[in-house]
Amino acid sequence: MITIFGIPGPLLFGQLLLGLINGAFYAMLSLGLAVIFGMLNIINFAHGALFMMGAFVSWMLLNYLDIGYFPALILAPLIVGIFGIILEKTIISRLYKLDHLYGLLLTFGLALVIEGLFRNAYGSSGMPYRIPSVLQGAANLGFMYLPIYRGWVVLAALVVCLATWAIIEKTSLGARLRAATENAPMVQAFGVDVPRLITLTYGGGVALAAFAGVLAAPIYSVNPNMGSNFINTVFAVVVIGGMGSIMGSIVTGFALGVLEGLTKVFYPQASATVVFLVMVIVLLIRPRGLFGRAA
Amino acid sequence: MFGFSRAESIAFVVMLALIAVSPFVLYPVFLMRVLCAALFACAFNLMIGYVGLLSFGHAAFFGMGSYVAAWTMKFWGLDASVAIVLGGLTGAALGLVLGFLAIRRSGIYFAMITLALAQMVYFFCLEAPFTGGEDGIQQVPRGYLFGLIDLSNDMTMYWVTAAIFIGGFLLVHRIIHSPFGQVLKGIRENEPRATSLGYRTDDYKLIAFVLSCMIAGVAGGTKALVFGIATLTDVNSATSGEVVLTTLLGGLGTVFGPAAGALVVTSMENYLAQFGAWVTVTQGVIFMICVLAFRRGIIGELGAFFKISL
Repeated sequence: MITIFGIPGPLLFGQLLLGLINGAFYAMLSLGLAVIFGMLNIINFAHGALFMMGAFVSWMLLNYLDIGYFPALILAPLIVGIFGIILEKTIISRLYKLDHLYGLLLTFGLALVIEGLFRNAYGSSGMPYRIPSVLQGAANLGFMYLPIYRGWVVLAALVVCLATWAIIEKTSLGARLRAATENAPMVQAFGVDVPRLITLTYGGGVALAAFAGVLAAPIYSVNPNMGSNFINTVFAVVVIGGMGSIMGSIVTGFALGVLEGLTKVFYPQASATVVFLVMVIVLLIRPRGLFGRAA
Repeated sequence: MFGFSRAESIAFVVMLALIAVSPFVLYPVFLMRVLCAALFACAFNLMIGYVGLLSFGHAAFFGMGSYVAAWTMKFWGLDASVAIVLGGLTGAALGLVLGFLAIRRSGIYFAMITLALAQMVYFFCLEAPFTGGEDGIQQVPRGYLFGLIDLSNDMTMYWVTAAIFIGGFLLVHRIIHSPFGQVLKGIRENEPRATSLGYRTDDYKLIAFVLSCMIAGVAGGTKALVFGIATLTDVNSATSGEVVLTTLLGGLGTVFGPAAGALVVTSMENYLAQFGAWVTVTQGVIFMICVLAFRRGIIGELGAFFKISL
């Protein structure tokens, strides 16, 4: 057996993989937060709740309508995305003229409502979601066994993150979006429907969270607290990366997940706090975040 | 001497009267919960209402104050007064460290940073041996105040809690109406201008944060004394959210708002406790209603109706 720094290879690679998976979720969630913040100037505290909703919708599709994992991967983000669009149209859009803090408070309240309702309906203990049969089993990579589903999660997350990046950086829709982030009134003057762009952005960011939720469903048990467990760390990730750059969010998310996995191997006691410690260091050295723009 | 306006003096007398009469009508233990929550909210309001910084991690200071007071009373047998002072000092010391980090950013970043730092404190409390993990520190004896006054009687304990609350309330009011408080308001309104006038705004923000955390620590210590228990609930993010709700509902930046908010939120929890997660749903709905339609809060709306500032 290979040992690296006195740690058995399989253990190290196993934790690295777990870290990559957490990192995948950090990346998808912080990406959504960054995109939404760029357009709406709101930090979406309901992001964790909507992530949880994605997982629940896929569970409901399976148990009530017998719709499997792969269709749910498309349907759940769509459903939650539409829910997000309705929220934006009816409630959130009333706050754009106010201090940003009100948006934060509103979405925080929204998160409480969503999580409370799910807790009332389904209790706090989680419900299992089976890995689809195609993705069950493990592959022998020579140096470790890779559970196929876990490999799939990392791959899918990577593809979705890069696709989001490509849409924002390389398409004309993305160009309008970036322009509207810089100067909304000017873009509106050029005839772009900025309010619709804002609605779409919120729907898209929320759908991204729901997609992450579906991916997470077979790994973690589907329970109402799964979002709030994640989201606090995701906020630290956002502070570390700064919300200025899309690629920055992706890289920071994955990197911090891996770092967390490594900490679990070398110093398990600190694994829950290591992301926060990195945040402290970043605040001391570069307060605006690794990829953030100067305030 | 505390800089009360006429309307505020009347409101203050009304509040004192309510505090004096209510234990004969209502259950004193419930009222003590309200008073602790009110003091905590006053501390929080100092930051959001007068410096304009929303701290989403105030439970860290409340909870650590509670732990330290409970620990020192139970295992060192310290006098209640000393334990509460130590709780306050713990809040202040922690506030100094975390505040130094958090004030490097403002606005929503400040909220996210304080939330994340408080989460770190929560994980620390979960792992650290002295907090008792999931069990917390239980069965803390109330003992004697100044070695003389027996606190095991709920009525005696109530008057002590009321005195601590009024002391903290007046301290916050004094801070706000001092020249220091005027500078804080200046920073809230226009920070670059305050900087250009020669004020080191970061220092002011940090001092305000430390004061706020100190009062939060005192509130936590008092809570530990009243209920004889300090648990992870005191440091978790739900407690941080609750103090935000309390202050928002009562009225951000109003003198009496935090106390009014604490009364409503605590009663609501009391009556809704039997319905499980509906407490969370109700809190969420109140948050949304406050933000959408009721941004001045109870006291703010009252003040606006009577055209006075409370």
